[in-house]
Amino acid sequence: MNNRVREAFANGKAFIPFITCGDPSLDVTKELIRAMEGAGADVIELGIPFSDPTAEGPVIQEANIRALSNGITTDDIFAMVEEVRKDTTVPLVFMTYANVVYSYGIERFMKRSKEVGMDGLILPDVPFEEKEEFAVVAKENDIAFISLIAPTSKDRIRMIAKEADGFVYCVSSLGVTGTRDQITTDVASMVELVKKEQDIPCAIGFGISTPQQAKAMADCSDGAIVGSAIVKICAKYGNECVPYVAAFVKEMKDSICA
Amino acid sequence: MSNGRFGQHGGQYIPETLMNAVLELEEAYNRYKDDPTFNQELQELLNEYAGRPSRLYFAKHMTEDLGGAKVYLKREDLNHTGAHKINNVIGQCLLAKKMGKTRVIAETGAGQHGVATATVAALMGMECEIFMGAVDCERQALNVYRMKLLGAKVHPVTSGTATLKDAVSETMREWTNRIEDTHYVLGSVMGPHPFPTIVRDFQAVISKEIKEQLMEKEGRLPDAILACVGGGSNAIGAFYHFINDEGVRLIGCEAAGRGIDTKETAATINTGTLGIFHGMKSYFCQDEYGQIAPVYSISAGLDYPGIGPEHAMLYDQGRAEYVAITDDEAVDAFEYLSRIEGIIPAIESSHAVAYAKKLVPTMDKDQIVVINISGRGDKDVAAIARYRGEDIHE
Repeated sequence: MNNRVREAFANGKAFIPFITCGDPSLDVTKELIRAMEGAGADVIELGIPFSDPTAEGPVIQEANIRALSNGITTDDIFAMVEEVRKDTTVPLVFMTYANVVYSYGIERFMKRSKEVGMDGLILPDVPFEEKEEFAVVAKENDIAFISLIAPTSKDRIRMIAKEADGFVYCVSSLGVTGTRDQITTDVASMVELVKKEQDIPCAIGFGISTPQQAKAMADCSDGAIVGSAIVKICAKYGNECVPYVAAFVKEMKDSICA
Repeated sequence: MSNGRFGQHGGQYIPETLMNAVLELEEAYNRYKDDPTFNQELQELLNEYAGRPSRLYFAKHMTEDLGGAKVYLKREDLNHTGAHKINNVIGQCLLAKKMGKTRVIAETGAGQHGVATATVAALMGMECEIFMGAVDCERQALNVYRMKLLGAKVHPVTSGTATLKDAVSETMREWTNRIEDTHYVLGSVMGPHPFPTIVRDFQAVISKEIKEQLMEKEGRLPDAILACVGGGSNAIGAFYHFINDEGVRLIGCEAAGRGIDTKETAATINTGTLGIFHGMKSYFCQDEYGQIAPVYSISAGLDYPGIGPEHAMLYDQGRAEYVAITDDEAVDAFEYLSRIEGIIPAIESSHAVAYAKKLVPTMDKDQIVVINISGRGDKDVAAIARYRGEDIHE
């Protein structure tokens, strides 16, 4: 069991930013990881780009295309993490698609993840029914295989929560990733159902872009995950994005801890 | 491991948001598939509305010209809306209605599945939205207008390669956005379980009829069945009732595009590797890091980087063969069948005709080959003219 991810939730509400590796470049990704750690990120989600990210909205889709057109590969990303691990301790989890892991070789992917200092893995296209193939090998390598629950999960929450590792990723809304004006799902009840089954941290993601939303979501869970809003900043400022992202992460972290 | 496996292939690799939707679909399908009222309604629509059974036509001139096996054409092109796609759409829309869904969404490549879905949605009074790659919208402009005429809303998809795979991705995204009242009418034997099974079952009527019709005409089984393969729905439909008849060769004809030794190809079995995409484990055209390849074929309906999981299994078992046909060969066959039999086949189906031109002459005169003419070629006429350097406006 990977404890680093769980421990990230030990000191108050967690803020979890997401970036796509290689957008705009792997050098900037390295700087972003360091700067976000400094700005108070409790866990960082690193997206390994995929050609056809079916769970993503336009903002992250475009980041995937930018990264891939830079020629970024899974091996380059492992090397980048190995490098950045020399001076960071923040828990790092990969977020990518089943085919990226499967084509690399599940065993080889998990081993290499452990070797470079990764802590977890999120695969949005691997639901409970298909997770064994990935989760068993992940566990052997001390990589937390993170489960997702959605507003449509209903009765499924119980079985998912029971076998969840690291933290539970609570999807706030229907649809794909992307910023939303309003989150209407009763996420608090979803979190409650998880906790009944296992005392595991729950973080809410999808649609969160403002400090107010992040606070509201963190208030009824253990943390907030923000992707598209950060990727938008990366897209806007390109190579100069690091201070802007760091300022945004700090604002969000301050807000949820207030 | 989940249900819905075909050997090592298949499964349900989809976001958690959609899991209950596919589970509900599976439950509904299991409830209705053997229900006499459902099947009666389905049969009536297939016969009275779609025009089934489709003809099994003895292609006398082609047989004489090729000088080998006897050639029969299964005329799925004669169905209402001009392709086999309607078989599956009638089944799924009927099921969706029983499930209380009021809105259907679908992807389309060549536009045949989109037109079929828009048609049946009009018939059944359902709201309909179609996702079609922007490139394909241009290649098949007539079908876009046809869908609009039928009351459907058409969304051009500009992400990725703006072709069929991106249309599938976008329809999946839309489904996660609105599930409650919406059914995703998946057009091929692909995607997450239970789609490959449902679509196969609704298309299996093709092989059921071939078997009966050939028994009546020749009193025997065919020696080979040929069908084009993108996702593989017309092929699995034509193969299904012959899978246990070991003497019948089952031959899927993939789109080689500009050739399987080039990057401009969509021949999944011939050039792909095992992967997980669009809800299923199967073979896909991809690079060593699992990035899905931007495939190419002159045929918008075969321009897909994957193949249905049951085909992948039939290939693994050696039960079915998968050959690759280039754009050039398909266009030649398109023109050939038009001239020799007065039947203009879809450019998709022309891939199967092209392989027949190679195979039939090598066979004996007492052997029988059935080619599934999965669709008619009216939609392709302008594109073929362009391919031959003639610019005509639709």
